Amino acid sequence: MSAIERLTPERAKAATGYFARLARWNVYEILFWLALAGMYFVPNVDLVLMSQIFIWGLFAMSLDILLGYRGIPSLGHAAFFGVGAYVAGYCGKFGWTEPISALVLAMAIAAVVGWLTGKLVQRVTGVGLLMVTLGLNLILYDLVHRSTDVTGGDDGMQGIVIAPVLGLFRFDIFGRTAFWYALIIAFILFVIARAVVKSPFGLALVGARENPRRMIMLGAPVEGDVSRAFALGAALAGAAGALLTQTTQFVSPNTLSFQRSADVLVILIIGGTGRLYGGFIGALVFLILRDWLAAISPVYWYFWIGLLLVVVVSFFRKGLLPSLETLLNRWKPSKADGPTA
Amino acid sequence: MSSILTVLFNGVAYGFLLFIMSVGLSVTLGMMNFVNLAQASFSMFGGYVKVTAMQSFGVPFLASLPIVFIVIGALSIVVERLIFRHFYNTDDLTQVLLTIGLVFMSIAIATYAWGGTYQRIDMPSWLTGQRDVLGLTLETYRIFLIAIGAAMAIILVLGLERTQLGAMVRACVDNRRVAGACGLNTELIFALTFAIGGGLAGLGGALSANLLGLDPNFPLRYLVYLLIIVSVGGMGTISGTLIAGLALGIADVMGKYYFPQFGGFVIYVLTVACMLWRPHGLLGRQT
Repeated sequence: MSAIERLTPERAKAATGYFARLARWNVYEILFWLALAGMYFVPNVDLVLMSQIFIWGLFAMSLDILLGYRGIPSLGHAAFFGVGAYVAGYCGKFGWTEPISALVLAMAIAAVVGWLTGKLVQRVTGVGLLMVTLGLNLILYDLVHRSTDVTGGDDGMQGIVIAPVLGLFRFDIFGRTAFWYALIIAFILFVIARAVVKSPFGLALVGARENPRRMIMLGAPVEGDVSRAFALGAALAGAAGALLTQTTQFVSPNTLSFQRSADVLVILIIGGTGRLYGGFIGALVFLILRDWLAAISPVYWYFWIGLLLVVVVSFFRKGLLPSLETLLNRWKPSKADGPTA
Repeated sequence: MSSILTVLFNGVAYGFLLFIMSVGLSVTLGMMNFVNLAQASFSMFGGYVKVTAMQSFGVPFLASLPIVFIVIGALSIVVERLIFRHFYNTDDLTQVLLTIGLVFMSIAIATYAWGGTYQRIDMPSWLTGQRDVLGLTLETYRIFLIAIGAAMAIILVLGLERTQLGAMVRACVDNRRVAGACGLNTELIFALTFAIGGGLAGLGGALSANLLGLDPNFPLRYLVYLLIIVSVGGMGTISGTLIAGLALGIADVMGKYYFPQFGGFVIYVLTVACMLWRPHGLLGRQT
């Protein structure tokens, strides 16, 4: 087999240059993360709520890999979150109290589950795909919910012990350690996810989202990429689940519920897909709004969440972040080059 | 032996209920490719309209059913004209999210209007109690449900196969653009189908209220079942929806009766297996 065009050093250099340009950090990104870290110093800020926002943001970002970059809508993403949460819970319960290695283990197991899910669904599309992912989520929920003697059932798992992070920082009731732990883990995983989506692999995912047939013609392993995208998304979701278990020292079947799968989709859509930041923005808006609405109208807050959803899909069809970008780009001359992903 | 038949009978009655609730969703999904999860909310409102008609206005049970059909049918036309028709050209996910948003809103509205508790439903005496049929002791109300469900299924199939509106609907399901090019007013046909489907969903809700319980969380409880029926049966087919509805009803009742420890597990596994085997549903067309 002969290559159609030889990969000369010049061409390789041009390609590397393209990806390097794609991966460059801009000032808004740096400001965004500094602002999140800065929240710690805002007086009277609810640190527990903030760490919840980081966890949900990371979780929504993991769905973004699948939905935003590969175009696979999953109605069962909480399954991976729950796998991570339970793995971290078992670790804490049976003596593996060191949090960071437990988190890595949770990610690895969630990645395997995700990879297998990807293998299973890589040929299904459309409503069938929604139903299979939803069904797998419901099966897992039912299993965990019913195996009372193994998982604690509805009451959740008690007696989870988490050692201080790096042996220095104990998880305190004010959520100070939880804040920094969740933020730093979320940031590290964000950097990894960012590097992946801006690599040739990320570009192949976007290509398969736009036109799978053409990507097959180009020789891209489209079906294998689906499993790999599922594995990556599941690993990140598992990390978010493990973070929730470790910061709250508790895990219940709630982590696997359909409600959570729907909520994470809502968060991502509010924020906007295909940007990685959409999940974090969406989590910020959704959780703060939910906290506030639940306080002012404890019975009817669902009405407002529903209305928010209807308004977002009606008027900001791509989510808040992309709509904002369009607005900004209208003011300043376009300097876009290459495909935006 | 007789216990198996009784359980089977209960499953069939439940299956017909699920069929009535989901048939409109299946036809509109097949015709406009519109994923309307708010169908479950139409069912819930149907239940509430029946309760209000019976308790506040003293309407007898049988007379309340056509009222429910008309009120919910009219409501679905309003919703379709005001909101849904702007979303026909969007993707599945947008439609799912839009209608989930509407489901959330409908739950809050129902809580506001009728309170968050379960509704008490007084059935007329001729529909309560049990009867002996062919040596089996069966609940009267379930016999009534099977009779109504079977009648509905026959009317719908005949209506779709034999009437002019049915032919127009089939044309639109097959190919909406060509049907429009042949001079059919596809928007009108769709609005009518939508109204009939919505009215049926309301009817299903009204009929189910005293079996399944009626409270504002009704849509969330039955949403997944409606989705399973529609996707397993194949969109746009009435017979597929009927088969899937009956199968799900029987599997659910039998599963809960004989294997209570597994719960919904059996149904979900069967659904996933079915979707992997035939992604377009049992009777769905491969496109």
